[in-house]
Amino acid sequence: MFPRPIQTASRPARAAYQAFLPAALLLWLAPLIAVAIFSIKPDADFATGNYWSWPSSFEGFTNYGKVFLESDMPRYLLNSVMITAPTVIGAVALSSMTGFALGIYKFRSNHWIFFMFVAGNFVPFQILMVPVRDLTLELGLYNTKTGLVLFHIAFQTGFCTLFMRNFIRALPFPLIEAARVEGVAEWRIFIHVVLPLMKPAIAALSVLIFTFIWNDYFWAVVLTQGVESQPVTAGITSFNAQFRAAYHLMSAGSIVAALPPVAIFFLMQRHFIAGLTLGAVK
Amino acid sequence: MTTAKQQTAGAAWWRRNQQTLTPWLFLAPGVLFFLVYVIFPIFQSFGISLYEWDGLGEPEYVGLRNYGDLYWEFVDRDAFFTSLKNNLVWLALYLLAIPAGLFIALFLNQTVTGIRLYKSLFFFPFVISQVVVGLVFTWFYDPTFGLLNILLGWIGLGPVNVLGDENYVTVGIIAAGLWPQTAYCMILYLTGLNAVDPEQVEAARLDGARGRRLLWHIIIPQLRPATFIAFVVTIIGALRSFDLISIMTAGGPFGSSRVLAYYMFEVALSEYGFRMGYGAAIAVVLFFIMLCFIAYFLHSMWREEKGAR
Repeated sequence: MFPRPIQTASRPARAAYQAFLPAALLLWLAPLIAVAIFSIKPDADFATGNYWSWPSSFEGFTNYGKVFLESDMPRYLLNSVMITAPTVIGAVALSSMTGFALGIYKFRSNHWIFFMFVAGNFVPFQILMVPVRDLTLELGLYNTKTGLVLFHIAFQTGFCTLFMRNFIRALPFPLIEAARVEGVAEWRIFIHVVLPLMKPAIAALSVLIFTFIWNDYFWAVVLTQGVESQPVTAGITSFNAQFRAAYHLMSAGSIVAALPPVAIFFLMQRHFIAGLTLGAVK
Repeated sequence: MTTAKQQTAGAAWWRRNQQTLTPWLFLAPGVLFFLVYVIFPIFQSFGISLYEWDGLGEPEYVGLRNYGDLYWEFVDRDAFFTSLKNNLVWLALYLLAIPAGLFIALFLNQTVTGIRLYKSLFFFPFVISQVVVGLVFTWFYDPTFGLLNILLGWIGLGPVNVLGDENYVTVGIIAAGLWPQTAYCMILYLTGLNAVDPEQVEAARLDGARGRRLLWHIIIPQLRPATFIAFVVTIIGALRSFDLISIMTAGGPFGSSRVLAYYMFEVALSEYGFRMGYGAAIAVVLFFIMLCFIAYFLHSMWREEKGAR
């Protein structure tokens, strides 16, 4: 193990390490902790320039209440959910199929198709921006959640295919051969043999794509405009315009917008990390 | 009678060919989607970059003039080269996330009580949207109440308006971006460190290697896969930087924090007018910068694929 386990170090070194851990964490998260403190301070603290002292009263409920009751924030959150959930389902469904095709079958263009997905996944968004916006306008889907969902599904399929294909390749191939010998149809092999084994990959991708899409800002700005379809990342700028210089409310709003992926991460940490390492680092 | 015969004939045909056809049926929806929304638009953008077009009226063919304008038109050139320069700064400084992530990973790679929670909390910044990271850091840098200037005040340094100063603004935004990116690299290295072969480490220790030499000659070579992924995601992240700039400065002050990704958006879709063709030309330049890296990544993956079989 590297570095040398701290248990083998001298007693003072161990104590120093134990003490330094929380200190380092506080420093690392300082900007975030500051926002969390802002979000429970009363309005008056900012008016009097009392930014960094202890909150003169606890106004967490008032501030977060305002975010949920006096702004469009709930609407934006709902939009985000309605954009993120179908994207996750769509991208995972499409990519389990493409991953199955590329991972199991040997045919000549297999590698070309695989590398097309991988390469496409790396291109800068800007080179897609004008044509995708046009296409969305032509389909009559500009400023709709559907328009955004369709693009997200297509783009995420690239990354998901990379992941699924590598995962399926690592499965024991004799299982599939055994099923073939028994005369099981290929699509049944997919549903009854491969799909059940893919559960960990599906879980990992779901949480990862959820986070990616929830946090998307660029495409939200390019393909949507108003409160009826914008997700929370884009909505927060209008929210901040509404509460200009009301730092306690802007902080509360930011925390609300950031929370869902954080919650998902803490609930499904193991899957999340498996996804992030692209399955390449065990 | 005949239909039954046809059916069996069809079934027989299917049975003979299903191994060849199944992969294509499974690929069809995904490939189709990907072609329409990702692959074709790349080529369409190449096409659009040869036109002058406001997004609504009739496009006018201008050949390579949009590319010429990047260089020859005075105002455009200034903006374009500032963006290009900032892209290079982003690429160089963003890579600091890799050693920084390794450093934190080494610091956290212990088994003391509660270490799992520490690891998760250190990873926290990556899960938050860049929009929120941008807002948080805008306040952190604020000249009147920002935490940064309070800290600087303690050591007797005067208030700095990081986001209002042409010399500091890009570095300030990159620092904000490094926060989540370092967290990402850290998690990659933490998983990588788990897989380091303890016997090799012990053997090296018996041979008297320790500290930096051990890290450099034994540990880092074993972390290669993690380093490769960290490099890929960091380069891509650097060239995709858009959210932070849009939230923190909107390219300012005086356009000094633009990068190509942001400048392209500004030209094509904002109050500066809808210059789709010119925007597409900028996107093409950005695409070719990215293509150098994509080619390298694909080449590495290709070699690994060959080695695997």
